Amino acid sequence: MARKGFLERSAAFLHEPIGAAPRSVLVLAAVLVVSAHFLALWNLTMFAPQYPDGLRLDIYDHALVGGNGGQDIKEINILNHYIGMRDLAMEDFTEFKWIPFVLGGVALLLLRATVLGTVKELVDATMVFVYFGGFSLWSFGFKLYRYGHDLAPGAAVKVPPFTPPMFGYKQIANFEVYSYPRAGSYLLVAVGLLLVMALWIAWRQRRAPAS
Amino acid sequence: MTPSRARMITWTAAAAIVGLGVAVSQCSPSGPRTTRRAGVSDTAIAAEKTYVAPGDLDQYYMFSSGGHSGQVYVYGLPSMRHISTIPVFTPYPATGYGFDDDSKAMLGGLTWGDVHHPALSETKGEYDGRWLFVNEMNGRIARIDLRDFKTKQILGPVPNVSGNHSGAFVTPNTEYAMMGTRFSIPIPKGTYAPIDKYATEYKGVLAAVKIDPKSGAMSLGWQILMPPFDFDLGDAGKLLSDGWMFWSSYNTERATGKLEVTSTQKDRDYIAAVDWRAAEKAAAEGKGDLIGGVRVIDPKKVPGLVYLIPCGKSPHGVDVSPDGKYIIGSGKLQGVTTAFNFEKIQTAIRNKDFTGDEDGVPVLKYESVKDAEVQVGLGPLHTQFGTDGFAYTSLFVDSAITKWKLGTWEVIDKAPVSYSIGHLSAAEGDTVSPDGNYLVALNKLSHGRHLNVGPSQPESSQLIDITEEKMKLLYDAFTEPEPHYAQIVKADKLHPIEVYPKEENKHPLAVWDVNQAGVTRQGNKVTVKLVAVRSSFTPTAVEVNEGDIVTVAVTNIEQTTDELHGFGLLDYNINLVIDPGETKVVTFTAKKGVYPYYCTNFCSALHQEMQGYLIVKPR
Repeated sequence: MARKGFLERSAAFLHEPIGAAPRSVLVLAAVLVVSAHFLALWNLTMFAPQYPDGLRLDIYDHALVGGNGGQDIKEINILNHYIGMRDLAMEDFTEFKWIPFVLGGVALLLLRATVLGTVKELVDATMVFVYFGGFSLWSFGFKLYRYGHDLAPGAAVKVPPFTPPMFGYKQIANFEVYSYPRAGSYLLVAVGLLLVMALWIAWRQRRAPAS
Repeated sequence: MTPSRARMITWTAAAAIVGLGVAVSQCSPSGPRTTRRAGVSDTAIAAEKTYVAPGDLDQYYMFSSGGHSGQVYVYGLPSMRHISTIPVFTPYPATGYGFDDDSKAMLGGLTWGDVHHPALSETKGEYDGRWLFVNEMNGRIARIDLRDFKTKQILGPVPNVSGNHSGAFVTPNTEYAMMGTRFSIPIPKGTYAPIDKYATEYKGVLAAVKIDPKSGAMSLGWQILMPPFDFDLGDAGKLLSDGWMFWSSYNTERATGKLEVTSTQKDRDYIAAVDWRAAEKAAAEGKGDLIGGVRVIDPKKVPGLVYLIPCGKSPHGVDVSPDGKYIIGSGKLQGVTTAFNFEKIQTAIRNKDFTGDEDGVPVLKYESVKDAEVQVGLGPLHTQFGTDGFAYTSLFVDSAITKWKLGTWEVIDKAPVSYSIGHLSAAEGDTVSPDGNYLVALNKLSHGRHLNVGPSQPESSQLIDITEEKMKLLYDAFTEPEPHYAQIVKADKLHPIEVYPKEENKHPLAVWDVNQAGVTRQGNKVTVKLVAVRSSFTPTAVEVNEGDIVTVAVTNIEQTTDELHGFGLLDYNINLVIDPGETKVVTFTAKKGVYPYYCTNFCSALHQEMQGYLIVKPR
């Protein structure tokens, strides 16, 4: 029998049902996506001689939370007003309004794929998740850029525009700034890996080509 | 003998006599036989024991009375570093105390007080780290809240109490802070009686100030009418003797004039032992009379409340041992300190083993109630306790501390101090479980053991290691006048806040949003709600009219540790310091002209720019 072309084979694969193992993986992935809502996604920590304990900022999918009972965010804003940076204010971040919905949507898509159970649904969910992840990272980086560049011209202290680090360490004036993903982001990375794994298992378990 | 030979002999003898004289004059001692270096720790050991590395914390707080400076000073032990000053009875521009409306009202128009004996609040005879009470001679008592190290209440002048030296001493569960009269007067205050009626018409008063167990708020409790003795110091009974209060007294001669002679004629004065639970009950039953607004119980009319214990001449300290069994009384003109036995006192009271009475107050028989006279040395003043039944008595005349043992009464060690020690304070040394470890000698004289600062010399407080058999001097600190007593408490018993939380600020004039700051007017009354936050005031200009009554309320909306702001208004004698989260208010009458206000407490890189103007239009 002649071997089918790649596209035909892929199209056929998309309509294949997925087995119990990939479905279990999808349920787990859905649980992790929901869990990520409750955990910090990112953290920025800033040390200066006067701040030996550091100023801490945790970013959740729905909120900015300052360390020291919320006080650190006020302190960051007080310091930033000297260089003309806008206040970090929750209402300026539309992300906090829609990201929880997107995460919920992704979780529903994963459950849908579990129930309907074909590779197609799995691929749909994966695509939405990857797009969401990529867009969120870009958006985060863009926000950091804007905050560091949209400095009020009349500020008391003039500093050259800058971008706070998105990943890693940067010295900004008297501050050592550290920026790293937190548990929520690692969960989402795990979700991505689980989806790849589910696809891979589904591929391995695909029905043998009809003879 | 030839004349020339005789002359030679004469001259030789004369030379010999002169030489001998010169030699003898050179023989005068260059110093005392006992060296002042005795009892001093090895330098390296002392340095190691007192060195607290930069950034490290001390193990103990010491709250030292500031005497007539009116303040309480906070030190860290073992470094002996002065960490902070808590203003109590005297305005203190450094924290704005006595300048804002509230603290000014609390001072009540007096700008000094003679702080004597700080007393930490206790639970079951242990320091509980909640409040510090201090008395002062004008008859007042203050409560400092250790949550924020601020004076929260000044009670008094307490009616009838005149020259409140014999306070503040708290009972084991902080039911009361006790105080008493040093300078007897006719009561109530304002009553006239000639000095020759001193013995009969002048009265001493012992006063129990009630403490609210939750809030610490002090109120006038009850008082006991006493003969016109000079009540000096006190200590509350504990454990075995809980429910009793002991006060030392001098001038039981009831003398007037030059007391240094007239009041020292008798060999013994008294310790007054008060059954305060019985007195409390009598007061609750309405016994006694209302004098000056307080219930005053006359022990002649209500017997069984007060007994007098003869004690060595002119006693100062009266101190109860940690188990409550012994009451140590020190006659300061003697060479011994006396240990009285609480159980023997109770037996003597039951058996009416009295030798007489003073205005109806029974005098117990000395021999029946004393356990021992301990040969501590000259001028014993005050006793503190360590672990294992060790007692430490300060000796003013000998300028030394003697270590001795309760029960065996053996004298173990004597260490010189520099100089003329008054009180001493041991780590938790007046509680039911003293810590041992450290003792601080609160000396009256420093005699130039410091860089010369002219005739007005500081006092000295010396840290002594009491962990070994022999006491070892570790460190000299020079302290503000005048440490009459101190309390040393383990640092981990205190849990102070670092900022006033925003949620707790219920001040009616507080504003937390710069948009709500501003000026409102009602007739000639102007209210200015001012926000202070790095590095500006809002508003930065306030315009009022000459003669307006201006109330300025400054809220420091910072919530960051150590971000204090000041509000100095020039030419008005107005100086506020507002802690993070705090609101302070000052009221004044506007005078025409333009007056700058500015932040006095360095806050930020642009602190110097934190300023504004009060602009007063002429009428």
